[in-house]
Amino acid sequence: MTRFAARIEVTHRPGILDPQGATIERALPALGWSNVTEVEVGKSIHLVIEASDEEAARAQVDEMCRRLLTNPVLEDYRLELDALTAEPAA
Amino acid sequence: MTARVGVVVFPGSNCELDVRSAVRLLGGEADLVFHTETDLSGFDAVALPGGFAHGDYLRTGAIARFSPVMDAVTRFAADGGPVLGICNGFQVLTEAGLLPGALQKNAGLRFLCATVQVRVETTSSVLTGEAAVGQVLAVPINHFEGNFVCDAETLQRLRDEDRVVLRYVKNPNGSLDAVAGVCNEGRNVVGLMPHPERAVEAVLGSADGAVLLRSFLAAGAGSPRSPRVEARAS
Repeated sequence: MTRFAARIEVTHRPGILDPQGATIERALPALGWSNVTEVEVGKSIHLVIEASDEEAARAQVDEMCRRLLTNPVLEDYRLELDALTAEPAA
Repeated sequence: MTARVGVVVFPGSNCELDVRSAVRLLGGEADLVFHTETDLSGFDAVALPGGFAHGDYLRTGAIARFSPVMDAVTRFAADGGPVLGICNGFQVLTEAGLLPGALQKNAGLRFLCATVQVRVETTSSVLTGEAAVGQVLAVPINHFEGNFVCDAETLQRLRDEDRVVLRYVKNPNGSLDAVAGVCNEGRNVVGLMPHPERAVEAVLGSADGAVLLRSFLAAGAGSPRSPRVEARAS
């Protein structure tokens, strides 16, 4: 079994309002950054999962995203996996 | 002839006593049901009250939908039993897939606490059976995530199937098509952001919510789930 670090980036689906991003976008020009557009505030979920291989880990985290971690009406997500050092055999 | 309502209490619910009190005031029976319960067979109707179930961590309602009681609520709804979700309860029902769409943050990025006017759009639901189409009701709202959203196809279906139960007269939170409440295909599951239980007697500022809860009680009393109905039929 291998441990994988999963980073899930959750973003708003197209057309879903992002009031936090909009507010930040309105605030930045006050500090002189009038050249900024398309500010978005999402969330980032990190976890470590143990699985036989990367494909199995990805399948499980994808299912977590569909069933719990994201709401498909509101959110999209992007998943990145990195293998951590394999545990020595017990 | 009245209904016995199970009022579900999640950790973080905070309107359960208001709902119980309103139901009793209107002549119904009501008992609290903790979220670890798995049996709702003693009830004619089930209400999910407002609050912040499980702290609303991750998303509103996202953790609550996995509470043990939600399997029982899903079965209760599938059997045709009246289910009502108020505010956070509405959010839980959308997360559980019992109602379409989702509730996102208010368009103005403000928590809203105000009495608003909502219009009854259909009387074919367990919440509006005793109301009149076009009737305008003054009912409080109290939410940050009350901005109803769904995809275009779902909205078209909701319109075509007359499943928008209530609309805001003046849209306070950016809700798509000014939706304040919707029902499922069977019309026995209704969710709404306004709080009818806080508008059941004049001293509260409005008694307009009473017609909604009376409709819900009547639906419970006449529901196929009700042991009283089975007794009459046999």
